[in-house]
Amino acid sequence: MSILVYTETENGKFKKASFEAASYAKGVAEKMGTDVTAVAFNAEDTKALGDYGVAKVLHIQNDKLKTFNAEAYADAIAQAAQEASADVVVLGQTANDKYLAPLLAVQLQAGYASNVVELPGIENGFTVKRSVFTNKAFNHTAITTDKKIIGVSKNAYGLKENSAAAEETSFSPNLKEEDFNIEVASVDKATDKVTIADAEVVVSGGRGLKGPENWNLIEDLADVLGAATACSKPVSDMGWRPHSEHVGQTGKPVASNLYIAIGISGAIQHLAGVSASKTKVVINNDPEAPFFKAADYGIVGDAFEVVPKLTEKLKEFKANNA
Amino acid sequence: MKILVCISHVPDTTSKINFTDNNSAFDTNGVQFVINPNDEFGLTRAMWFKEKQGASVDVVNVGGPETEPTLRKALAIGADNAIRVNTPALDGYQVAKELAKVAQDGSYDLIIAGRESIDYNGGMVPGMMAQILKANFVNTCVSLEVEGKQATAIREIDGGKETLKTSLPLVIGGQKGLVEESDLKIPNMRGIMMARKKPLNVVEPSSTESFTQTKSFEKPAPKGEVKIIEEDNLDQLIDLLHNEAKVI
Repeated sequence: MSILVYTETENGKFKKASFEAASYAKGVAEKMGTDVTAVAFNAEDTKALGDYGVAKVLHIQNDKLKTFNAEAYADAIAQAAQEASADVVVLGQTANDKYLAPLLAVQLQAGYASNVVELPGIENGFTVKRSVFTNKAFNHTAITTDKKIIGVSKNAYGLKENSAAAEETSFSPNLKEEDFNIEVASVDKATDKVTIADAEVVVSGGRGLKGPENWNLIEDLADVLGAATACSKPVSDMGWRPHSEHVGQTGKPVASNLYIAIGISGAIQHLAGVSASKTKVVINNDPEAPFFKAADYGIVGDAFEVVPKLTEKLKEFKANNA
Repeated sequence: MKILVCISHVPDTTSKINFTDNNSAFDTNGVQFVINPNDEFGLTRAMWFKEKQGASVDVVNVGGPETEPTLRKALAIGADNAIRVNTPALDGYQVAKELAKVAQDGSYDLIIAGRESIDYNGGMVPGMMAQILKANFVNTCVSLEVEGKQATAIREIDGGKETLKTSLPLVIGGQKGLVEESDLKIPNMRGIMMARKKPLNVVEPSSTESFTQTKSFEKPAPKGEVKIIEEDNLDQLIDLLHNEAKVI
């Protein structure tokens, strides 16, 4: 018996979500009295996994798997789970994790719980706490199958350093021709921008900004903070910003450390989608805006005056604390 | 092309979320149910295939009789037939298995579901269904074109998009982007009248096997009061973010 964690890489480097998943897997392993084995594809260096408690690494180096392919990855991870005699498979909740996990669940005939926020309870069956109703509630779910898959929410369990050997073994799964029925024709990804999924800080704008021509306010503040930019639903519906920036219940979820909402009144769907963020700051000229009730810090004021000043002050702060 | 659109019956996005029976069940009192928004984008895209490419569009739901108004709404939007698998939805795997059976029995070429339902947020039914059917699968799909048996789909990835080429049979985990918000169809009176006469077939489930069980719910702990900072005292905000919240 062991715990297997799938640690995603991008251009050969592990994502932060992978270290979070490894930290969580180590927590599960400690509860169950076993070790963590990681499975990684085409990583530059797997040693870093040892900092988060990974004892062994099954390293798959295969040029056919240079680009993500859900079917082939799920097939390979299922074989890794068998190789490691894993009863529990842990992964993050990135777009790719969410894509492959259901395929893996059917292959392993394993119960899959997504959006898990805490270590499982193992005293009375195997139960996990998940976020549901777009963060408006949690549920406790029992996984009743022998094999179990847990998708750990971003920023929920966090990183826990825990030194282990991360002893690497090369692993070659048997891949089938059908694993490659989907061909990636092109990828369109801005490499110079932080993504909402990966960002520690997200700066988001709403209708209060009056028009797309004013988005430099959001972008300048985001630049200083190394933040991703986002927007409310009306802003994306009006075409001021691309859909990919829409955060909220029907858009992207945000689980950053810091979320700064500017000119966003705080519709219930928006609040739900961003509520997993640790700290929320609201800047709005309407003191009655519902977002103030959901925020940690608020400024009642005109965004056109407050935001440029805040950007300048943060620049100074960053320069002094660099 | 035969299209099956999977419709989840969910509380409206503005619903207050409360629980009943000792926090073991969702309190449906006063809650308005709608077509899951992610499914609605897919349904509207399916209607486009019907209008432009002569596809047939059926809708399916796994649930009790209380979900039928949601299926009728999908018929009013323009779907041809509705199927209800008569069993409460227990978990993602059970639902995926029932939907896969309907898809197989009806020999559908394209199965469109939402990337997740906005109630349980499981995000697993489309992928599980595809795996059970051994069909191709594209998740978080924001654009879909089909020519003959070939499909081109755009999937949202973290921080960008990926264009994928694949073939039917295909399962889609759809979302906003498949069509624009402004293209979503509101049923008109004629559609609603016609929907009453369209077939809504009730089929019995093939099994009640599930992989997970919901035990109980809880609401998040109440939030502390917001700290209001004067707009001419931004240094205080920076200090709080640095020393109190420790996020910068």
